[in-house]
Amino acid sequence: MFSKLVLATDGSDHSHRAADKAIELAKLSGNASIEIIYVVDGSKSKSDVLQYGDTATVTKKREEMLSIFSNKIAGEGIPSSIKILHGVPAETIIKHVNDNNFDCLILGSRGRSRVQTMILGSVSHKVMKYVKAPVLMVK
Amino acid sequence: MNLTQKLNMEWLGNVRGDVLAGIVVALALIPEAIAFSIIAGVDPMVGLYASFCICLVIAFIGGRPGMISGATGAMALLMITLVADHGLEYLLAATILTGILQLLFGVFKLASFMKFIPRSVLIGFVNALAILIFTSQLQHFVGETWIMYSLVALTLLIIYILPRFTKAVPSTLVAIVVVTAIAIFMNAGVRTVGDMGALSQTLPIFALPNIPLTFETLAIIFPYALALAIVGLLESLLTASIVDDMTDTESDKNKESRGQGIANMVTGCFGGMAGCAMIGQSVINVKSGGRGRLSSLVAGVVLMFLIIVLGSVVVQIPMAALAGVMIMVSIGTFDWSSLRNLHKIPRTDATVMVVTVGTVVYTHDLSKGVLAGVVLSAIFFAMKISKVKVESSLESKTIKVYRVRGQLFFASVTDLLESFNFNDDVKKVIIDVSGAHLWDDSAVGAMDKIESKYEQKGIEVVIRGLNKESSLLMDKIGGLSKASGH
Repeated sequence: MFSKLVLATDGSDHSHRAADKAIELAKLSGNASIEIIYVVDGSKSKSDVLQYGDTATVTKKREEMLSIFSNKIAGEGIPSSIKILHGVPAETIIKHVNDNNFDCLILGSRGRSRVQTMILGSVSHKVMKYVKAPVLMVK
Repeated sequence: MNLTQKLNMEWLGNVRGDVLAGIVVALALIPEAIAFSIIAGVDPMVGLYASFCICLVIAFIGGRPGMISGATGAMALLMITLVADHGLEYLLAATILTGILQLLFGVFKLASFMKFIPRSVLIGFVNALAILIFTSQLQHFVGETWIMYSLVALTLLIIYILPRFTKAVPSTLVAIVVVTAIAIFMNAGVRTVGDMGALSQTLPIFALPNIPLTFETLAIIFPYALALAIVGLLESLLTASIVDDMTDTESDKNKESRGQGIANMVTGCFGGMAGCAMIGQSVINVKSGGRGRLSSLVAGVVLMFLIIVLGSVVVQIPMAALAGVMIMVSIGTFDWSSLRNLHKIPRTDATVMVVTVGTVVYTHDLSKGVLAGVVLSAIFFAMKISKVKVESSLESKTIKVYRVRGQLFFASVTDLLESFNFNDDVKKVIIDVSGAHLWDDSAVGAMDKIESKYEQKGIEVVIRGLNKESSLLMDKIGGLSKASGH
């Protein structure tokens, strides 16, 4: 139970709090591992390529950002891995989590701004609705 | 992977996704191709033929499957004065020449030269493009009624709100259909695409531009072709990198340059204006599931089919709807994260970005903005790297040591010379350059000058710690120098 965890992050403060809770949850079960997933959508691709130039640097920058999470988790002695996915955030998270039989998805409650949420809808709301595994949403 | 397998994968690896995405892209391409034609000052057919030809050619020979090319705002903005001063035939000739230049660029594998364009210039380029697309729409608002304003507002509302409820149909298409229907049924009397130029429902035909083949013609079109070639490749290779990232795959940038070149040559021969890859359309394509070459082919064919079948409806699209779509395109083109990061990035990078944007908005020429940005970045770079540090200490009562750190070249030698005190009361001066690198004859000349100045006062000079390249350079040019170890 709760041994194969997946943490969805966007690098925001909310996802850092989600990471803390993922670690707590992993400690409870003893032999748990955490997969950290990060979804890159079209507009993120555009702004990252503009900011960092080529795709190799872009990937490196993203891995650096995610290594903050993996180091934090490794520091607690929990095995972890990083996965960068491409697509529309909600749909991509839902598909990845449902396809890989995770025991629990942990995610932060809000990354997008209020205006973005009004236009695009809430990622976490959609994810909660369609992910089959239990979801821990950290406020 | 052998050739057949590769072809199979690039063409037939994702048929369903490619066909669907191709149709979505075709629908999104039509209003843009028409609007960009109007920006350039030519008939809507010129942009539509361009998007059709470029989509078809790029599908076969492009280097980045999944990327969509066609008539673009960046290119249209560069053509305005050429069309106004000399007319369509010269534009077609310039388009063919643009293609030849881009083909050469690709053949000589110059894509790697893109790295000399700093990122802040690229960001400035994209933001300036967005601003120009936006301002190019303002002319459609002059002297208009509230009906036109409200149609634009309605277009934007549908475009941005509809995706919240359904993503099955592109919201831009729905907006155009709804607004066109309202304009027709209300008999609103607003200006339409038909008022801006003719739209023929025929396939493009092959014809070489009708221009005198003289040196004078070349002198007219060459500057435009060069600017078009540079801007076209800039946007195409940038888009290719974005598609690389979105699909997590690699692409052949030199092949893409050659493909863009051939596509423009073909387009010019079929009555289309020069084009390049489109960031927005490529993002739409990938998001809609397009990954292979088929999606670009389908986009081109469906676009032409729709124009031939529905041409009489297309001319009734109100300019208000097109202006709305173009405002959406400019909002989507602008790199908003660059505004958020403006205070975080180094001040020089921010300045380069702002100067690039400012130059473009002032001159209405993207290539001039890029040039200004690149030159300014080079100056800033030279300023930053030309800082040399010189520390001095007395090794004994009669020996003084100068430790030089930094890059020694034409821009830094003045600082270097000023750091030495030639009135030292010592017998021997040691210049330790182990933390420095000599780059050019100015650097070698400066070292010689320092030596001779000391020697005039009877002070011996020893240079130590020259790295390999620097000492090779000194051997080559600094033949007169005694202290360099001869």
